[in-house]
Amino acid sequence: MRKEWPLWEVFVRSKNGLEHRHFGSLHAADAEMALENARDVYTRRNEGVSIWVVESKHITASNPADNGEMFEPAQSKVYRHPTFYNLPDEVKHM
Amino acid sequence: MEQQHLYNYILGIADNNLILGQRLGELCGHGPNLETDIALTNIALDLFGQVRSYYQYAAQILGEGATEDDVAFLRKEREYRNVLLVEQPNTHFGYVIGRQFLFDVFHYLFIEQLQHSNDETLSAIAKKAIKEVSYHKRFSGDWIKRLGDGTKESQAKMQEAIDALWPYTQELFEMNAFEKEALENQVGVNLPELKEAYDEQVGQVLQEATLKIPENPYFHKGGKEGIHTEHMGYLLSDLQYMQRTYPNMNW
Repeated sequence: MRKEWPLWEVFVRSKNGLEHRHFGSLHAADAEMALENARDVYTRRNEGVSIWVVESKHITASNPADNGEMFEPAQSKVYRHPTFYNLPDEVKHM
Repeated sequence: MEQQHLYNYILGIADNNLILGQRLGELCGHGPNLETDIALTNIALDLFGQVRSYYQYAAQILGEGATEDDVAFLRKEREYRNVLLVEQPNTHFGYVIGRQFLFDVFHYLFIEQLQHSNDETLSAIAKKAIKEVSYHKRFSGDWIKRLGDGTKESQAKMQEAIDALWPYTQELFEMNAFEKEALENQVGVNLPELKEAYDEQVGQVLQEATLKIPENPYFHKGGKEGIHTEHMGYLLSDLQYMQRTYPNMNW
């Protein structure tokens, strides 16, 4: 291909009630084509009930170089996790 | 309806799927890009899935241990009953899309009616196929618009393909003896009745795509009677190679 189509990120909801999850990316000329391509590339084995596509350039990502200031301060604050409660055995999925 | 005639009626439907699927299969790994490559081979697989059901039914009518593979692979050129449109080569992507679209619109209208067939097997196959065929039509129709209403070059190439392929569309609506008999027995579909909706739907998409239907072309036909274009022999030698070289091979 001489001129590359823009890149799109594909999110698929695999079942009703579950959230859309990132499945991968693909090239397409516009949103409509991106949806059809996503259908053909990612959902042909019955993987989904709903597809979102978003052009990759619209995603703002955190910079790995900033990981220190972004994430490390959270590591020493165990009191932010509700881990000091004793849960009765009957309570599952917490 | 006489069983041998029903057999021939089924082939008239199924061979279109097989031959068009084979043409699309030739593109596997050669599509214009990864996404379109996968989309086209997906369509081929849909067509092959449908054709297996038709051929299994046909083999059952033949009896004497015949299998779907015998029906698919071991006939001579004159015994294939597909329309000429589907055997036309993948000259360029415009032809691939044009051929697909001109067939898909017909295929959808046809399958829609076949659902009401008196023949339970054919009706069940049609009911299963309709959603697939509906997507094929959407896919090829979108591409017609994209290429026709695209750049100057894509518009010219798409128009060239429509000009070349339109003369093969008349045959879709002409009924041979088996199709007439199937219709009389409420097994088959009334093909001439589909023509009005076909022209309307094709015309609407072509208009949006800034493309024109060629005026007063000479219409080709013969596929339904087994008289094919010069491309068919080459296609069949690819298609049948394995079964001819290693008879009864399966996996």
